[in-house]
Amino acid sequence: MNHWLVAPIVLPAILAPLMVLWMRHDLPLQRVVSVAGTVLLCAVAGGLLAMSADTPPEVYRLGNWPAPFGIVLVLDRLAALMVALTAFLALMVLLYVIGTGWDRRGHHFHPLFQFQLMGLCGAFLTGDAFNLFVFFEVLLIASYGLMIHGGGRTRLRAGVQYVAFNLLGSTLFLFGLATIYGVTGTLNMADLGVKVATLPESEAALVRVAGVILLAVFAIKGALVPFQFWLPGTYAAAPGPVAALFAVMTKVGAYAVIRVFGLVFPTDTPATGGLYSDLLLPAALVTLVLGAVGVLGAASLGRMVAFAAIASMGTLFVAISGFRPDATAAALYYLLHSTLATAVLFLIADLVQARRGGDGLAARRPPIAQEGLIASLFFAGAIALAGMPPLSGFVGKLQILDAFRGPSMVWVWAVILGSSLVMILGFSRAGSLLFWRSHETLTEPDPIAPSPLAFVAVGGLLAALVALTLAGGPVSAHLRDIAAELHDRAPYIRANILPESQP
Amino acid sequence: MSLALIAALPFLGALLPGLLIRSGRNACALATGTVTALALLMLGLHAPAVLSGEVIHTRIEWMPALGLNANFFLDGLGLLFAGLILGIGLLIILYARFYLSSRDPMGQFYTYLLLFQGAMVGIVLSDNILLLLVFWELTSLSSFLLIGYWKHLPEGRQGARMALAVTGTGGLAMIAGMLILGQIAGSYDLSVILQSREAIQASDWYLPALVLILLGCFTKSAQFPFHFWLPHAMAAPTPVSAYLHSATMVKAGLFLMARMWPVLAGTPEWFYLVATTGLVTMVVAAKIALFKDDLKALLAFSTVSHLGLVTMLLGFGTKAAAIAAIFHIINHATFKAALFMCAGIVDHETHTRDLKRLGGLRRLMPVTFALSTIAALSMAGVPPLNGFLSKEMMLEEVAHTAWAGQVWLMPAFATLGALFSVAYSLRFIAHGFLGPVRKDYPSKPHDPPFGMWAAPAVLVLLLVAIGLAPMPVAGWLVDAAAGATTGGLVHAHISHWHGLTPALWMSVAAIGGGLILLSAHRPLMRAWLATPRPEAKRLFDGVLEPLATAARGVTQGLHDGALSRYFAIATVAVVTAGAAAFLTGSHQGGTRAPTPVDLVPVVGWFLLIAATVALVLRHHDRFLSLVFVGVVGLIVSMGFAYLSAPDLALTQILVEVATVILLLLALNFLPKRTPAETGLARRLRDGAIACAAGLGSGGLIYLLMTRNAAFPSIADYHLANAKTGGGGTNVVNVILVDFRGFDTFGEITVLGIAALVIFALTETVLRAGPANDRLLGWSQRHRQAGDRHPLMFVVATRMVLPIALMVGIYIFLRGHNLPGGGFIAGLVVAVAALMQYMASGFGWTSARKRVEYHALIAVGVLIAAAAGVGSWFAGRPFLTSAYGYVTLPPLEKFELATAMVFDIGVFLTVLGAVMLALASISRIAVRAGERVSATPYDVDLPGDGYGDR
Repeated sequence: MNHWLVAPIVLPAILAPLMVLWMRHDLPLQRVVSVAGTVLLCAVAGGLLAMSADTPPEVYRLGNWPAPFGIVLVLDRLAALMVALTAFLALMVLLYVIGTGWDRRGHHFHPLFQFQLMGLCGAFLTGDAFNLFVFFEVLLIASYGLMIHGGGRTRLRAGVQYVAFNLLGSTLFLFGLATIYGVTGTLNMADLGVKVATLPESEAALVRVAGVILLAVFAIKGALVPFQFWLPGTYAAAPGPVAALFAVMTKVGAYAVIRVFGLVFPTDTPATGGLYSDLLLPAALVTLVLGAVGVLGAASLGRMVAFAAIASMGTLFVAISGFRPDATAAALYYLLHSTLATAVLFLIADLVQARRGGDGLAARRPPIAQEGLIASLFFAGAIALAGMPPLSGFVGKLQILDAFRGPSMVWVWAVILGSSLVMILGFSRAGSLLFWRSHETLTEPDPIAPSPLAFVAVGGLLAALVALTLAGGPVSAHLRDIAAELHDRAPYIRANILPESQP
Repeated sequence: MSLALIAALPFLGALLPGLLIRSGRNACALATGTVTALALLMLGLHAPAVLSGEVIHTRIEWMPALGLNANFFLDGLGLLFAGLILGIGLLIILYARFYLSSRDPMGQFYTYLLLFQGAMVGIVLSDNILLLLVFWELTSLSSFLLIGYWKHLPEGRQGARMALAVTGTGGLAMIAGMLILGQIAGSYDLSVILQSREAIQASDWYLPALVLILLGCFTKSAQFPFHFWLPHAMAAPTPVSAYLHSATMVKAGLFLMARMWPVLAGTPEWFYLVATTGLVTMVVAAKIALFKDDLKALLAFSTVSHLGLVTMLLGFGTKAAAIAAIFHIINHATFKAALFMCAGIVDHETHTRDLKRLGGLRRLMPVTFALSTIAALSMAGVPPLNGFLSKEMMLEEVAHTAWAGQVWLMPAFATLGALFSVAYSLRFIAHGFLGPVRKDYPSKPHDPPFGMWAAPAVLVLLLVAIGLAPMPVAGWLVDAAAGATTGGLVHAHISHWHGLTPALWMSVAAIGGGLILLSAHRPLMRAWLATPRPEAKRLFDGVLEPLATAARGVTQGLHDGALSRYFAIATVAVVTAGAAAFLTGSHQGGTRAPTPVDLVPVVGWFLLIAATVALVLRHHDRFLSLVFVGVVGLIVSMGFAYLSAPDLALTQILVEVATVILLLLALNFLPKRTPAETGLARRLRDGAIACAAGLGSGGLIYLLMTRNAAFPSIADYHLANAKTGGGGTNVVNVILVDFRGFDTFGEITVLGIAALVIFALTETVLRAGPANDRLLGWSQRHRQAGDRHPLMFVVATRMVLPIALMVGIYIFLRGHNLPGGGFIAGLVVAVAALMQYMASGFGWTSARKRVEYHALIAVGVLIAAAAGVGSWFAGRPFLTSAYGYVTLPPLEKFELATAMVFDIGVFLTVLGAVMLALASISRIAVRAGERVSATPYDVDLPGDGYGDR
């Protein structure tokens, strides 16, 4: 049994309490440990990524109980990819946090950050539906702590909305799990895949309901209309770097849809058929439109980026709703892109806000310190998120457009392209207000303490976007392999070594 | 490789000016010029081969699966355009060095310029339409930066955004068009697409693709009705106008039409769409140009008009027309770039571009006058200059082209356009340079330094040369480019005299009419100003601003923080989708027989319902709500007990106790009643939604409870293996610490995190700020018990404490086999400790606390993790348990399981989490003025500090 599989969960789960125990009052030490731990996580994730590339999915039986009776972790290429993405993003965000001193503004930032990583990695690695719920809880509570880090009226109020709405998701998750367990008698995802496929016709209606409920749960995490309400306030009010980290949290929802619906409810399942695809596509299109419209109408930078995040989730869910290998491959590429792009724009928005001393776009302010540099970074980030060339957003959208041919083509194309335009308008308006109109006043910018580490983080994320673009060929090829493996289902199920007949 | 390098060079070089501006403006300009010259040189090296008919390819694989590859090719058309872009680029760089003032950030300017240049070269060299799209959008983006270069000017910012909006729209339409085209042809490579004329024109998707691609071309090339952005883009510095808006970017649309000519042209759709648009644009824009007083606006509309001319020629779909189009592209680039630079010189020297304030510059700026005049005459189409030659060719083509059967229509309008063109060209000279010298120029004008007029001079020389000897100077280039456009061998015949053709008469009419128009300009201008006409900017703003406002209204309105609406919408969505999914699937009722109804559950059921209804009715009273919630919780615990789940019942009841106590403490800091905020209609709506959701979940639960799972449940395995595999007879506990110990590990982490968050939140609230101020000013308005720490209570809790600890340990130890376990034990001990706090207060109890609650949580999670990691050393996976039997002499043989270590972790975390939450709330109470007592109970003892704060 390969213990490295569980390392991405255990490592932060040990570091976080260690920090609470021994270095509660020593921020520098916490920083050292946190960075070291995240670097280590990156290394482990890189190793897992390399390991998964040329081996079939691998299973780790927790407590040494066989599937489906115990909990298993499953490392397939998708899980490895998501863990690696999380680890990289986390490292960049952490550097930014240290560079800007965000961690000084409240208590327990680093332990909560590590717990958050534990939740994320666990959600990506687990092969058990109930265990997924547990990690959703870890995620939720840790993210709530991070979200209200630093306090303040707006933030705390948004925090209540965030946690309340997501508790609705947790409740629904339990309903969904209870239903599917009541029908199939199992919780292991591979086993669910096998059993739902061979379900007697009399059980179809209930399992359809279970799927709908689970879809709603993941839609809440992924901010899909009509479950997106929590996102704008939360992301806009959260500390910038935390919002950046949250870029991967919405992806947990997207990942869960790919994983659970690809494995348990593929479109050729007799009981469910194309039901979820039919529900997902219109919702995703509306999400995309709403996000784009929000970008155009946003009155503050934070909300603008938040709506852009919603739009990118819409695009992602459009691609996912195809439930075909080519669409899934496009979705995965876009997933990588949109995580990095959303994160980098949140960091840049934080840089701007720290210098402007406020969030409103319309407020007249003198030019900010380091304006040239930050404006170029914003330009690059906005290009990426709006899906303009030359960055990966454009390539990603091309792949999605290319994957949708046939009856749904007109709608998908029109919405994706039209929303790009609206977002371009929104971003150009914001950029013009922030970085150009400031030159109407001729006062000197307020000096600000330099934070090279913050720029390293932003640069690192942008560099990743550039790399994702330039290495588009090999990356896409790998993603196509992942998509093929997902839609084949057999390797994943085989890895679980399910018993032929149960005792 | 080298073609890719030509396209990449400007991008790579774009870094240089930004850095070298630190070495001075000359170094900066020189570096920029060197980059462009280098690219031009590399292009020139390929020229001989291309002119001899060869097509040069460079292929680099990028994303083969998508069909997006960095494939480049160079043919005659590409050579012409790349030459124009780089050649004129070089002149612009020279000109800009002298044009920009020392206050302008020159490094930025050249960086943007090179980015733009690279994008343009990329467009004309691309052999892959997806790659072409990449460069196409890049020109929009880089021109956005260039137009907005003077950040302090509102017109510049608005012009930049307008240009981006219009060309961006077109670009996105073109993406769709190109994708369709590629899908028809089966490849995104241009070389393949150019061979697929039949397939493309026969396809059902031909028209959509054509329209979408043309949208891109028309917006980029400012064709009617998308022409309005170009004049507003003139807020840019003049070098930008000269480069982007006369010579290169606006010609990208023309280039693409020429590039796609072999596959798209030749159909009636193409003719009517392209030729008509071109004709209308030519005439309308020429007319507007005549009435513009701003030199650059005049030139801008004249550019639009000439672009229309070329578009129209391409629309004809004939070889001869294509030749004329290509030739005019060359000519227009020469005279219009020269004119823009001259206009810039005038602006630079006189500080105005308004024709009404100019005039008489002939004597003050002789060099500029000479250059402007020659270029303007060429623009007017006066022989023998090059403008005349291509205009003649245009008129010749128009003369025998019928529009919808009308032979006269095209010639008439084309002549009209040419006539306006003559008029505005001559006006440029007459009103700008001729006439008497004035005394009221904003600045005293004189000719600029050589460096500034050198660039237009080169262009003027070129246009004269082409005009005098068209065949040797430009014929070869036209042949190569037109050959590449039409996909065949071309030999152009360009000459000044074709005999007394209709074209000649049309030309004569245009020049004569133009002179008459110019002489009547004053009254015409009055008439023009008197007539209402659509103002593009107002229209654009009129659409965009309300759109943005509406967008704000919708999104802000939807996301205004109204949690109850969020919940309502989400609930309705889930219930509707769930019901629909259920009703569309086949279903059969369950077979499980219902259990008989006893009295106890019926009573419990009624209590549950009553408590819930009461909660809904009295929810404004927070204290009462909490009581009802407590009732619900107790009944649920009883339900568990009744249904033979003692572990659950124990856990539930303890959780109820702990949470109710904590909530009671928290309630102290909330208003006693919640405000009534919702009207009756809203309450009814929400009530209906809640009922639907409740009935839905109730129905679902009923369906699940009346059936058995379709397959044997995993629970059977757990029952069978709890003792043999997990070493315990209490299956629930074995599931918690062994079968699904990993879940428990996650859940105790959640509990620990929750406590940490409560602590962090409290710290935040207690920092200086409004919340803290409110607490400091807290008044105890309510009656309080006279005896805060009653003696009886204190004594009782002291006595309970050791017993409770004992019970806790007992429950912990028996857990693996009988109801109990770490979680329950943790809660028992926590409740016992809670009681001490309640009895004797925070201060007294804390003083006797030996362990930090943070540490309890941390150690708990660490022990649980260690129990998991420990199994690695036995070569087993995380959290694998082992058990054995031990005999210690006085005791009977008993079992020890490693799961117990894990359970200790659970125990400590639960205890720590509850206590940390309590401690946090106590801190708030202290801040709010609660007295801290150091004594166990409130009796007057001398010197005990009673009453101290």
